Amino acid sequence: MRIVVLIKQVPDTTEVRMDRETNTLIREGVPSIINPFDMYALEEGLRMREAAGEGTVTVMSMGPPQVEDALREALSIGIDDAILLSDRAFAGSDTWSTSYTLAAGVRKLGDVDVILCGKQAIDGDTAQVGPGVARLLGIPQVAYVKAAALDGAECTVERMMEDGHDVLRVPLPALFTVVKDINEPRLPSLKGKMKAKKAEITVWGAADLDVDPAELGLDGSPTRVMKIFAPELKAGGVVFEGETEETVPKLVEELLPILRGEAQ
Amino acid sequence: MSCFLTEEQQMLKDLCAQIAREKILPVREELDESGEFPWEIVKVFAESDICGVYIPEEYGGFGGGAMEMCVATEELSRVCGGISLSFAATALGTYPILLFGSDEQKKKYLPPIAAGEKLAAFALTEANAGSDAGAIETTAVLDGDEYVINGTKQWITNGGEAETYTVVARTKKGVGIRGISCLIVEKDTPGFTFGKKENKMGIRASATRELIFQDCRVPKENLLGREGMGFMVAMKTFDHSRPGVAAQAVGIAQGALDEAVKYARHREQFGQPVASFQGLQFMLADMATQVEAARAIVHQAARIVDSGSKDLAKISAMAKLFASDVAMSVTTDAVQVLGGYGYMKEYPVEKMMRDAKITQIYEGTNQIQRAVIASQVIKESAAKEKRGE
Ligand SMILES: Cc1cc2nc3c(=O)[nH]c(=O)nc-3n(C[C@H](O)[C@H](O)[C@H](O)COP(=O)(O)OP(=O)(O)OC[C@H]3O[C@@H](n4cnc5c(N)ncnc54)[C@H](O)[C@@H]3O)c2cc1C
Repeated sequence: MRIVVLIKQVPDTTEVRMDRETNTLIREGVPSIINPFDMYALEEGLRMREAAGEGTVTVMSMGPPQVEDALREALSIGIDDAILLSDRAFAGSDTWSTSYTLAAGVRKLGDVDVILCGKQAIDGDTAQVGPGVARLLGIPQVAYVKAAALDGAECTVERMMEDGHDVLRVPLPALFTVVKDINEPRLPSLKGKMKAKKAEITVWGAADLDVDPAELGLDGSPTRVMKIFAPELKAGGVVFEGETEETVPKLVEELLPILRGEAQ
Repeated sequence: MSCFLTEEQQMLKDLCAQIAREKILPVREELDESGEFPWEIVKVFAESDICGVYIPEEYGGFGGGAMEMCVATEELSRVCGGISLSFAATALGTYPILLFGSDEQKKKYLPPIAAGEKLAAFALTEANAGSDAGAIETTAVLDGDEYVINGTKQWITNGGEAETYTVVARTKKGVGIRGISCLIVEKDTPGFTFGKKENKMGIRASATRELIFQDCRVPKENLLGREGMGFMVAMKTFDHSRPGVAAQAVGIAQGALDEAVKYARHREQFGQPVASFQGLQFMLADMATQVEAARAIVHQAARIVDSGSKDLAKISAMAKLFASDVAMSVTTDAVQVLGGYGYMKEYPVEKMMRDAKITQIYEGTNQIQRAVIASQVIKESAAKEKRGE
């Protein structure tokens, strides 16, 4: 059984502030962390390996050399090996070329049974890369998975929907993006941390992958950012003043059409 | 603060800080209230390889020593001095085996403790033998290949929860402390039961319980060292474990200091943060200085223990004495810095103040620590004089 978990290193958004002048994130001095949703993907990878009783879990990420820290953190909780896709040619990738590059990385690994991702990254919040990789590899994918059970060459998953959940049986290989409800990520162990510190991390550049240079990095990215702005905060809301006996009926009167879907 | 830790010790510190923040913090208030034993957290310690940090690798541990035990204890105690005690009191119960166990005893008892599968406890105190440990009345009488234990131990930390107990009992009457021995007793041995569980002021997530021995038979092989060595086993055990109590105290003090500084920066009175008042600033400065000094003496004690030195009694007692007094004063001041809010359970400093108090009492009250230190100081001086120095 071979499981690959795709992770992203992101700025710790609890520490990020906005530059009011330029409307961009101030990333300086902000610590980097593994995208929190990816921690659940890593945990699920380990659980799948444990349930199968054999196999390896590989963690892969695309990014600059400092992403090694994130990969080592993944190794410290018990992930078997780590691959970093890093090359100047990858710089400036949008979700399209990131998916393209990661798909090429996974393809190079050979036979893979399960690919896991977090449902989205907390910096860009697009939720596109996971499904993009699956599309490029030509394998099935299910997003927002909140439970997964391997069963031979298939995996039964529960997909979280707004009004409940779907149960789907998916043939492997397949890609799943996971939500927080799926598990509780474990902490690293001391032995894991020591091992991770010494571990070799494989680095693949563009030359190591079967890729078309025109699809990589900024040049390969169709996304154009026209403007970044913070949405205006809408203050207030409606306040009903007066005695409860009067305000509650008023509130109900206002709410009912909205609930019935009659209001604009 | 790097504190000149090795890379591995720093890793351990980071890991314990993460456990404290992510696992202990969310449950500390609830466990303080309920007094429930923190088994969920003990499981986390086990999975993270924390339990065996001071146990040699050949017995399944991490191969560290007192320094590792102290680093872990301080970091965990910063968030909860009660929950961390499940770990630290296991060290106390384990030291008699580590220091005096035969290879066979070590092979049998240490690996499950190192793996976090079993906790340990140390049982010395009785109703009539607290500071005067030599007055214990629990007896262990050899009968064929077994010792028969009778008596009641009181206030034993991890009592009822631990699997492995190192129990101090009298094997010979009328010869004072030379008639005392130390034995390993496993939970579930017939004749060994648990009595009253105490309802305490602080460290409420720690179990403090009575051990009752009624014709409890343990194999002769469970004797640690030789008969009559028990009092020495207990004293040497304290030499090794007291830096751990001191580290617990430093952790509690640091936790309280952090809360006090944070609160003082945000609380406004007279139109400004209370941290801007010099009267409060000087308190914070004194608290921070005391914590730093306490940590320094704990690390000094741990390093001396790990150096293999035999003269540990004085420095271990000093570390325990100083750090626990600091913990009491810093936590009390932290409550003062928070004013009325500090007195309420919504803020953690009142708990820290309650938790700090025990560090001045157990493993020898601070009066007893002073007695130990004074007797060493006087002995050293006399020895110098004899050598003509
Ligand atoms: C929560 C908790 C957990 C504990 N855990 C354990 C455990 O795991 N294992 C264990 O064996 N014991 C344990 N103990 C017992 C603890 O070590 C004793 O309480 C301690 O040694 C003091 O004994 P005592 O309470 O009987 O006080 P006493 O000895 O009765 O002392 C009363 C007062 O007299 C003072 N005093 C006594 N003798 C002298 C002297 N010679 N000179 C000056 N002052 C003196 C003391 O300092 C104290 O202030 C625990 C106690 C508590 C409260």
